Amino acid sequence: MSGKESGYLDMELLRFTTAGSVDDGKSTLIGRLLYDSKAIFEDQMEAIERVSERSGHEEVNLALLTDGLRSEREQGITIDVAYRYFATPKRKFIIADTPGHIQYTRNMVTGASTANVALILVDARHGVLEQTLRHAYIASLLQIPHVIFCINKMDLVDYSQERFEQIKADIDAVSSKLSVKDIRFVPISALKGDNVVDRSEPMAWYDGPTLMYLLENIHISSDINHDDFRFPVQNVIRPQSAEWPDYRGYGGRIASGAIQVGDEVSVLPSGFTSKVKTIDMMEEPLEIGFAPQSVSITLEDEIDISRGDMLVKKNNGTEPKNSQDIEAMVCWFNERKLMPRGKYVIRHTSSEARCMVTEIQYKMNINTLEKDEENNDVNMNDIARIKIRSTKPLFFDSYNRNRITGSIILVDEATNETVAAGMII
Amino acid sequence: MDQYRINHLKELEAESIYVIREVAAQFENPVMLFSGGKDSIVMFHLARKAFWPAKVPFPLMHIDTGHNFPEAIEYRDRVMEETGTKCIVAMVQDSIDQGRVVEEKGITASRNKLQTTTLLDAIEGNKFDAAMGGGRRDEEKARAKERFFSHRDEFGQWDPKNQRPELWNIFNGRKNMGEHFRVFPISNWTEMDVWQYIYMEQIELPSLYFTHKREVFNRDGVWMAKLPFMQLKENEKLETLDVRCRTIGDVTCTGLTLSKANTLEDIIHEVAATRTTERGGRADDKRSESAMEDRKREGYF
Repeated sequence: MSGKESGYLDMELLRFTTAGSVDDGKSTLIGRLLYDSKAIFEDQMEAIERVSERSGHEEVNLALLTDGLRSEREQGITIDVAYRYFATPKRKFIIADTPGHIQYTRNMVTGASTANVALILVDARHGVLEQTLRHAYIASLLQIPHVIFCINKMDLVDYSQERFEQIKADIDAVSSKLSVKDIRFVPISALKGDNVVDRSEPMAWYDGPTLMYLLENIHISSDINHDDFRFPVQNVIRPQSAEWPDYRGYGGRIASGAIQVGDEVSVLPSGFTSKVKTIDMMEEPLEIGFAPQSVSITLEDEIDISRGDMLVKKNNGTEPKNSQDIEAMVCWFNERKLMPRGKYVIRHTSSEARCMVTEIQYKMNINTLEKDEENNDVNMNDIARIKIRSTKPLFFDSYNRNRITGSIILVDEATNETVAAGMII
Repeated sequence: MDQYRINHLKELEAESIYVIREVAAQFENPVMLFSGGKDSIVMFHLARKAFWPAKVPFPLMHIDTGHNFPEAIEYRDRVMEETGTKCIVAMVQDSIDQGRVVEEKGITASRNKLQTTTLLDAIEGNKFDAAMGGGRRDEEKARAKERFFSHRDEFGQWDPKNQRPELWNIFNGRKNMGEHFRVFPISNWTEMDVWQYIYMEQIELPSLYFTHKREVFNRDGVWMAKLPFMQLKENEKLETLDVRCRTIGDVTCTGLTLSKANTLEDIIHEVAATRTTERGGRADDKRSESAMEDRKREGYF
């Protein structure tokens, strides 16, 4: 296919998260991105016009586009993560739009977990607030590779370069405490459209890229760990049919790294080794498989492998840790607080075990970024460092090295609810 | 590292296959809903890829309102036969005959809402613990907050305020007896992604998606097909026009698009240029601002 369609087929996928509260213009910014990329359709526009009119808004309220649920529309707040989609000829974008207040930390953590990029809005009039710091900390905790600070409402500070530089310096001063690989700053006015898609005339002093240019061009293919091959087995695929009497494949999604036919792999926990015979994806076998592909791998030798096991490449990068003891930073999600020495179900890749929280080391004050070692009361939306002992060994990496094999969730056995998300240290 | 790059369709495919495999692993008796529409066709294609060369390890289920385009049913039966997959058909007519639901009256009567009861009865009767559907988050704003793994209580209801958080790619399918999950493997796909993928994979579709001449009439700005069970109002008149389906659902609430698009390339151009959402043609969503949310709470797809 030529022309336009081949362009569409060659798009890259970028996931970004936005955190913000009612007044900082986040909904206006998303509305602007959707509107300028023509992702808002006529009937959606008509629907929000109808509602805006009924609720007595003078102008069309673009926030209604992102606030999906009835109670949110009534209260005018965003209480959950909403996913939005738009595309330009270069990339398809998935926005995880989350509320920014401290009582929604868990929603921000959820939205951040899969993001390549975080957009953090700063009101140019107010500068760096507690909330800015909190959002930056969450981006760093969840290891979002790229953070873009959008200094918004520049129109209300006379498009002042001095103001922009001052806020930038304030953020630089605190970001040294964080571990974000790539930090950018863009002065914008979401309302007027300055530096969102089109360059700003009043801010001719700014010679950096627009927000849209950054979103379209920021380099993301090296965000994935391409060094350590990790393949958590999801299913064993055995057709046992006349056509495929002996086929035995292992279905899974490559968490990191790459694997080639003929490579030597070892199986955890058994430690047996074999060689990769095929990497299958229906009738199109692959010579090389890499993250984040879903494939089915067959081996030269018949080994007993089941869900929860992991294939790793021999002599490649680092070995995963193999232990029953895990230390992690957790964000607590549930109204029932963390029970010291409480028992939970731990889920890690395709593995599941029972576990006990053996120690609460400290709680993080995410407004001041200070550790609180006195207070062991971990409630909803709190972030804490804990120690866990599981009933069977898990094979993991540190979250900083690997977002897939370094992450866990805890499930309450009584309610089956997901009560915590954890980043392994 | 650009040698390890895949396009957005391949990445969406990998994500969906991962989700479908999780369902097969975490549930004892899952089912995949299949309507003969493009979204469920893509979902079934992904399921076949997920378990190849083995057969798809769960049955399909069609909730049949009885108000179908015959082409969709022919397509369904043929695909089931070719792939050796079992398809359970749950009839809304049976729910009506059993007195489980009462048919709406009047010219705009639709069986769309009645499907919920048929679906929930079929899930309970077959003891399914997970039902996969082709819902996408870009379709409608209540769907935009739906999880991949969406928990339903013993009444089949969705509680949008009490959804389980979903992080990374770890899905929690644990539940109590009598509860079930709805799972949406193609949550992150847009209409354009679906068409691009169908083109990339050369997936066969029911002929309804391509332009054809058909007797139609205009109701409240939406073109509807004239089929035996459709009643016309006095002022409505039949015309024969070049149309195609943008979605395939119950005939009584599925609008047709005036179109001469005859190939997948044509459709992709049309979708790229179009200025209304595909659900804009669906009368079921026009009933109120939160029509979808209300139906989903009750247990709709």
